[in-house]
Amino acid sequence: MEINKRIKYEKELDDSFWRWIVSTPGGENVEQCIQCGMCSGSCPLSIYMDYTPRRLIAMIKAGFKDEVLKSFTIWLCSSCYTCTIQCPMNIKVTDLMYILKQKAIENKKYPKRFPISVLSKEFFNMVSKKGRNTEINLVFKLLLKTNPLKFFGMASLGLKLIKTGRMNFKSDAIKNIKQLKTILNSIEE
Amino acid sequence: MEYNYYPGCSVKGTGKHYEESLINTLKELNIELNEIEDWNCCGATTYMSINELKAFALAARNLSLAEKNNKSDLITPCSACYLVLKKADDYIKKYDQIGKKILDALKSAGMEYNGKVKVKHPLELLTNDSMIEDIKKRVKKPLNGWKVFCYYGCQIVRPYPDFDDPRYPMSLDNIMNALGAEVVDHPFKTRCCGGSLTGTIEDVGLRLNYILLYEAQVRGANCVTTVCPLCQFNLECYQSKINKQYKSSFSIPVLYFSQIMGIAFGLPREKLGLNRSIISLKTLLEVA
Repeated sequence: MEINKRIKYEKELDDSFWRWIVSTPGGENVEQCIQCGMCSGSCPLSIYMDYTPRRLIAMIKAGFKDEVLKSFTIWLCSSCYTCTIQCPMNIKVTDLMYILKQKAIENKKYPKRFPISVLSKEFFNMVSKKGRNTEINLVFKLLLKTNPLKFFGMASLGLKLIKTGRMNFKSDAIKNIKQLKTILNSIEE
Repeated sequence: MEYNYYPGCSVKGTGKHYEESLINTLKELNIELNEIEDWNCCGATTYMSINELKAFALAARNLSLAEKNNKSDLITPCSACYLVLKKADDYIKKYDQIGKKILDALKSAGMEYNGKVKVKHPLELLTNDSMIEDIKKRVKKPLNGWKVFCYYGCQIVRPYPDFDDPRYPMSLDNIMNALGAEVVDHPFKTRCCGGSLTGTIEDVGLRLNYILLYEAQVRGANCVTTVCPLCQFNLECYQSKINKQYKSSFSIPVLYFSQIMGIAFGLPREKLGLNRSIISLKTLLEVA
């Protein structure tokens, strides 16, 4: 059994984290949180999360940067924006999750081989390269990189989609891909 | 009326029957949709998780293409596209640092965006009273015996509740009523279907859809109607998996609102993509 320290000393916390969030577009009102729990109570996915949205915000304010960025919570959020509508302090909780997801990727803190972050990266690469998303290619890549055995479970649905003409095998792309790449490269600079 | 039209990737693939039925049904109401040329993927919620600025840039290219056509309204049938295009427009205008970066990026590719585009969902075109009257006049086969479970999903009313209530919307209910169908009342109109979770963490995705289908069944609905390709896909295509997981016996047709409108307008089934349903529509169509 591995014995780890369960409680953090104050000096191990990162108090610049919430300041950075508050200064990021979409994160403005986070410091106003009154810990009422409307976000967690209304969230259809909070029962699956390692930290509920309310708790995540408390952790941000206290400076638990690493724990927040490594959490599954931010990836489980399906962007239904219920919390955002419910929050009495106008905190954009869903947009906060996007801020955290991007930071987690930037700091390489996201859970490896976790299907949601894998899907996001594959989708990102495909759209950046082609300008369009071809559903079947995306599914193939996702399963290959997470759980190839799942192909078998998908076969019967796949056949039904082929039969009803709802599956495109041709990879889709836009014509003026050069223009799109110029735009995306310019953002990087 | 003619409108700029942004289809999005889903209605060119697994949601083909949405586009087929939408274009043909709106034509009956003298609404013409003109697809903007060489549009690119909106980026959906997924692209934003990796790089928000680039996601806004993707969306901005589409907004710029639409603006060039000199028509301000841009109609998009997919809820994710609707949200992303709207959010990009909002952030470009609200935050100077984002706006500048995006507009500069467009300029580097010889494009511009002056903020004149209004992103709208087709439902928004059909909500006013005169349009509901028009719909009533067009009905050839009133949907007697149909009990419809109206499911709006999340992103067309949240976080931008521009044309309907973010918790208990009515626009779709009103259309179904106008077609002569009975609307099954329920409080789950905007409860999340899980989006892409069915493809990533299946157990979680299935549960969210099970809850919706269960509510439709116990309330006596004989079909579900949706306004989003992802909701439609989840609720219809995963029914057999849900049945296995939860020992349930769902066989509920899940139709786009535009398909149901087309049926009531008496349009032929090829024009509405009815042959693309995985769940049989036989019993439902016999009722009407």
